[in-house]
Amino acid sequence: MSALAELRKLIRYRMLIQSLVGRELKARYRGSILGFFWSFVNPLLQLLTYGLVFVVILPGRHDPEMEPYLLFFFCGILPWTWFNSSLLEASGVLISGGSLIKKVMFPAEVLPVVTVLTNLAHFVLGLPILLLCLVVYGRLSPSALLLPLPLAIQLLLTVGFALLLSALTVHFRDLQNILSHLLHLWFFASPVLYYYGARTGLARALLRVNPMSHLLVSYQQMLFEGHFDHWRGLAATAVVAVVVFAVGTFLFDRLRDTLAEEV
Amino acid sequence: MSETPAVVARDLAKVYRRFQHRNQFKTLKSALLTGSIVTDLTPDQTFTALDGVSFEVPKGTTFGVIGENGSGKSTLLKLLAGITRPTRGTLDVQGRVSALIELGAGFHPEISGRENVAINGIMLGLTRREVAERFRDIVAFAELERFIDAPVKTYSSGMYARLGFAVAIHVDPDVLLIDEVLAVGDEAFTRKCLDKIGEFRRRGKTILIVSHSLGLMEKMCDDVLWLRQGRVADGGDPKRVVDAYLTYVAGGEEALLAREHGQAAGEPAAAVPDEAPGEEATAPGYREGRWGSREVEITAVRLLDDRGHERHVYVPGEPLTIALSVRAQAAVDDFVFGIGLFNADGVSVYGTNTHLEEFEPGTIEGAGEVRFVIEELRLVEGTYLLDVAAHRRDGTPYDYHRGLYTFRVKSRTKDVGVWRPHHRWSFSGGVALEPPAARAELDLHETEE
Repeated sequence: MSALAELRKLIRYRMLIQSLVGRELKARYRGSILGFFWSFVNPLLQLLTYGLVFVVILPGRHDPEMEPYLLFFFCGILPWTWFNSSLLEASGVLISGGSLIKKVMFPAEVLPVVTVLTNLAHFVLGLPILLLCLVVYGRLSPSALLLPLPLAIQLLLTVGFALLLSALTVHFRDLQNILSHLLHLWFFASPVLYYYGARTGLARALLRVNPMSHLLVSYQQMLFEGHFDHWRGLAATAVVAVVVFAVGTFLFDRLRDTLAEEV
Repeated sequence: MSETPAVVARDLAKVYRRFQHRNQFKTLKSALLTGSIVTDLTPDQTFTALDGVSFEVPKGTTFGVIGENGSGKSTLLKLLAGITRPTRGTLDVQGRVSALIELGAGFHPEISGRENVAINGIMLGLTRREVAERFRDIVAFAELERFIDAPVKTYSSGMYARLGFAVAIHVDPDVLLIDEVLAVGDEAFTRKCLDKIGEFRRRGKTILIVSHSLGLMEKMCDDVLWLRQGRVADGGDPKRVVDAYLTYVAGGEEALLAREHGQAAGEPAAAVPDEAPGEEATAPGYREGRWGSREVEITAVRLLDDRGHERHVYVPGEPLTIALSVRAQAAVDDFVFGIGLFNADGVSVYGTNTHLEEFEPGTIEGAGEVRFVIEELRLVEGTYLLDVAAHRRDGTPYDYHRGLYTFRVKSRTKDVGVWRPHHRWSFSGGVALEPPAARAELDLHETEE
């Protein structure tokens, strides 16, 4: 099945996906005192943790372009968290949703997509706080209007990876364990804590082949720096996202028949 | 019948592939290191769950699948439900399918019954609007009005299954798949489910059912398929197939073979005394649940109340007349008329025929009517099925209608069992009970102005 047909199929299931995302959002914080506020509190606590490390414990280690540092960091950690949690959850989603796949006629690809969209919702819920901070620092500029662009590319890329991982994990359960470490490594290999433009040599080359770094740079430019000129990097990432999505759907489709039996 | 069947299966096979050659310990790392990732995704062991299974299910009939554990019944249902694809062969299913396979699969424990109904309905193929329209019916059917806003994790397993059943059945499918789910819930709910399934049948929906409850299968199905180790062992008239299966299960393989020989030799009536001869789906004029040579034919069956109106719901104690229109093309002098009443669980409530009651057959020629008058219908609430038949004194059927007619008994008193005897309570000595306020049973007569 081509990636396009898969995309059409997902659109056909939009109502189901929509309900499931709604359910996940509702269920996640059900029973907790802060409830939905966790979507706002989570990124703030994350910010506080890293702020403690890089502002209080290890001050003055960052490039001057990144001041105020916490704000810079905020612009990167929010989309990264979306990517990171999506993949972590997607890797186990087919196994935990096994009863669905085995017992009812259920399009399995919906599950990883729901995971990505649920985390997108958390990302979008975190955005107002970020925008508020930007306003407070007087940094918000019209380039923020370009935000949907990297967002859409990241969505495609993440869904592609999520499909790939979710199907592979069914056969190789180890992936779930390795993945958190790989993502940790990936995090440090992406310009969230540091400034992309200031890297040179090998580090620069590594960052250049990492699709996430171009997305992060785009977010940082649009939000933090208030201008955007990373067009080529973003365009290349878009191509990569399409390829990853195509590979993800292809592999998922190849393994589809074995899913109900192996879960 | 030119109508396309609801389900057509041709030479179905399902081969499960096993990937786990010493593979319990195999990891991605070792797969990568030894480069065996490609071979790991190629199966080296196979298990054939279904092999060359073909059958047709005409629209509006109830089709049963029986067989021992591991005979491939559930695999067949999974194929029908579209959960897995056949390895070989083709399978055509017309219309919307709803599977009562795992009730409430996909309910999320943390959110309320209400939200779960909405999502489950959408999962099963309803639109949001359809779910909203059916919501009240679903909740009423599940009898969970008081708990519908509580999280599903607080439900008992019976409540869980009831809600799952209620949603699945309100999807209003064209083809309903049932896998042994009637074992859930208490007796009252099981009866309700059976009633609902009966209603489906009357509305001309197609039902495929897998069950170990052979009595039920015999009662409900128009056709039964018997699977043995993934192959079709037998198929056709429920009573005959179930008998054959029971003979087989009882270890009587030899008896079975003898029997098959007997049938091959063209003596079915001798092998299975009072049951259907080999008139199979190919015979002209065949209808599910109906067989016989038609020398005497039952052309119509009507259920009449005391005013002679046709009616299908009665209250206990009312009279009920079963009127059979019969016809014989040529004069016949060996004939018996019989009726059989069964409850929804397939338990025989009553059966009799003119031979048992020692009527001597004279002749029958042309059209006529046979009436069986029940003076007082002393049954408890429930759905009842009716068999009517015309056959020879030795049991060879002319026209046998099995379970084609149903009626319901409705009562204000929710007593249990089958039979409600004429009874009263009396108390004396130190026993004090307040008698209930007098309540008449419902009046179900059509109002005549």
